[in-house]
Amino acid sequence: MLIRIDIEKCTGCGTCINACPFGAIELRDFKAFITEACTLCGACIESCPESAIIDERAKEEKKAEEHKGVWIFAEQSRGKIASVAYELLGIGRKLANQRGSKLSAVLFGPSDEVEELIRWGADIVYHVNSEDYAFLDDELYAKTLIKLIEEHKPEILLAGATAIGRSFIPRVAARLRVGLTADCTGLEIDKETGNLLQIRPAFGGNIMATIVSPTSRPQIATVRPRVMKRGEYDKNRTGEIIIVPPLKPQGRVKILERVEDTSFCKVNLQDAKVIVSGGRGLGSPEGFKMLWELANLLGGTVGASRAAVDEGWIPYAHQVGQTGKTVCPKLYIACGISGAVQHLVGMQSSDIIVAVNKDPNAPIFNVATYGIVGDVKVIIPLLIKKLQEGVS
Amino acid sequence: MRIIVCVKQVPDVTEVRIDPKTNTLIREGVPSIMNPYDLHAVEAGLQIRDKVGGKVTVVTMGPPQAEEVLREAISMGVDDAVLLTDRRFAGADTWATAYTLSKAVVKLGFDLIICGKQAIDGDTAQVGPEMAEFLDIPHVSYVRHIESITPNELIVERLMDDCYEKIALSLPALITVVKELNTPRPPSIRGKMAAKKAQIPRFNADDIGAEEENVGLKGSPTMVKNIFAPPPRGERRILEGTPEEQVETLVRELRRLGCL
Ligand SMILES: Cc1cc2nc3c(=O)[nH]c(=O)nc-3n(C[C@H](O)[C@H](O)[C@H](O)COP(=O)(O)OP(=O)(O)OC[C@H]3O[C@@H](n4cnc5c(N)ncnc54)[C@H](O)[C@@H]3O)c2cc1C
Ligand SMILES: Nc1ncnc2c1ncn2[C@@H]1O[C@H](COP(=O)(O)O)[C@@H](O)[C@H]1O
Repeated sequence: MLIRIDIEKCTGCGTCINACPFGAIELRDFKAFITEACTLCGACIESCPESAIIDERAKEEKKAEEHKGVWIFAEQSRGKIASVAYELLGIGRKLANQRGSKLSAVLFGPSDEVEELIRWGADIVYHVNSEDYAFLDDELYAKTLIKLIEEHKPEILLAGATAIGRSFIPRVAARLRVGLTADCTGLEIDKETGNLLQIRPAFGGNIMATIVSPTSRPQIATVRPRVMKRGEYDKNRTGEIIIVPPLKPQGRVKILERVEDTSFCKVNLQDAKVIVSGGRGLGSPEGFKMLWELANLLGGTVGASRAAVDEGWIPYAHQVGQTGKTVCPKLYIACGISGAVQHLVGMQSSDIIVAVNKDPNAPIFNVATYGIVGDVKVIIPLLIKKLQEGVS
Repeated sequence: MRIIVCVKQVPDVTEVRIDPKTNTLIREGVPSIMNPYDLHAVEAGLQIRDKVGGKVTVVTMGPPQAEEVLREAISMGVDDAVLLTDRRFAGADTWATAYTLSKAVVKLGFDLIICGKQAIDGDTAQVGPEMAEFLDIPHVSYVRHIESITPNELIVERLMDDCYEKIALSLPALITVVKELNTPRPPSIRGKMAAKKAQIPRFNADDIGAEEENVGLKGSPTMVKNIFAPPPRGERRILEGTPEEQVETLVRELRRLGCL
């Protein structure tokens, strides 16, 4: 509880009971008692003649002031730094400038691209250059990041809302007893309080929420890939690279094998810039051949509605929607998809949506930047032809 | 093997809307369901029990009516259910939820805890890994296949963004599961009878030894400042003309926007 009664000092006079606008204070055993109706408004604190009501927030706020700097977690795979890390540097740079503080990146595992982090905006890189960190080890990653945070006390920490970030960052937040906001699509500094405003979709994208962690530091958020823009690249930018000694793995979790070349892996829908998706309107598995051709021309991949997956025209790994993947490519082309809300929640935050459907009343047109009322079997081949002409 | 499955009652998100006047959630008439991922967690628990023996207990933290999802799990065949309910638990964020659930599972005793990958109301996917940290046990998220289980070790496949990994983890441990893992069984007739009859114990904060400043709103480091409807999608246009003309306009527009 952030407001509490000092039982030793409380005389049970009842002044606070009258001062409380929410009726949240009672007398129990002749002492004031704060009930769950308390909204932490603080009206009681001043009213107490004995100074027996203590605002723990003041203490926490003081602690918060010790925290400075914006950090981003730069994840890598096989030594290659993930694109999301550079996006985090973009937004991180902005936040650091607004807070008048430095921007640091934390990198776990060997990589030849350490300097890139500085060229994309970091002032400091904390690098743990050890093979033990090459792949995600939740406990090791968490323990190391916790230690770094305790030593350097950043004010803000951002990580990608990726398989890696969403798996181990919660351990960090749990241990440090701080707030964590998942999958943010917007980040701003509150001009009045200096708090980080963390904006994220909830309820399957039907609602947006702004989350704050008023007193706990660092404020931690995972950020959805490909939402934030990279900053400016400067190949002459300089910064400090600090080599951090590795910790010993706990060894309770061991990766036995990594399997990368399955059909599933080629489907990386979440990272695709272009997705061409097909629904029942395609009419047959052959319809998807056409979509693959289009997707290849556009440098993208293929998605599907549940109806198409249920028909067995394409594997589940391609399904977009409530029970499939949530995607937000630059371009989403929906072919023969009606636009049921379970499908929309998985794709409606795409930048540009094109819909091809022969039913002018199909709900997909409500979210389509460009709608074509027509037959996919006519429109898609024409589009493919047009694009091929454009290339040659 | 003592298996605990954490399940959550959630509103069916496809039906949730925001009242444009008051900027609050319209909850009326929105049906409550068991979080879809948690059905797969229950199924995983049952399959493991059926293979190696033991007991599956489902736990939920929520208002008294959250008992419905526990009965649903009983109808699928779990052995026990526990409802964590207390006015002091209200308004919990993932930190306070994970804290509360951790206190409860310690009291119950466990070898393996199974959570859904995420709850569809918040989509945070944080409660599982946070619990693992509170309990100081290893965890693996996004389990898509369980290869083998012995009293000391579990071998699973973890779904990553660009691959999957085969992982051995020592028990006690926590896993969160994705939908590819299995197909949840429908309730059996016997299960339905059991669900109807079951006496479900209720625990409050004192019963599980949870400290008041760590549960509910007071224990939550995050706060929802406000909610709002997503900004409407920008310009929308139906392209006119013959199919050739439609495609031509589309290509021109996509070029203009730098998509091609
Ligand atoms: C709990 C739950 C979860 C679900 N999860 C998902 C999910 O994750 N993802 C998902 O996609 N769905 C999901 N669904 C299913 C969803 O409700 C719809 O049934 C599904 O999305 C419909 O797929 P569709 O648009 O391909 O098919 P349909 O609704 O059958 O639409 C086909 C469309 O194609 C058009 N069409 C037909 N022929 C042509 C042609 N020759 N040229 C052009 N257009 C043509 C038709 O006009 C129609 O609009 C879920 C449902 C439930 C209940
Ligand atoms: N109130 C709750 N009671 C029981 N289990 C929960 C609760 N909230 C979350 N969980 C579990 O944690 C998982 C992830 O939830 P979340 O972190 O909210 O996305 C869910 O799939 C459940 O298994």
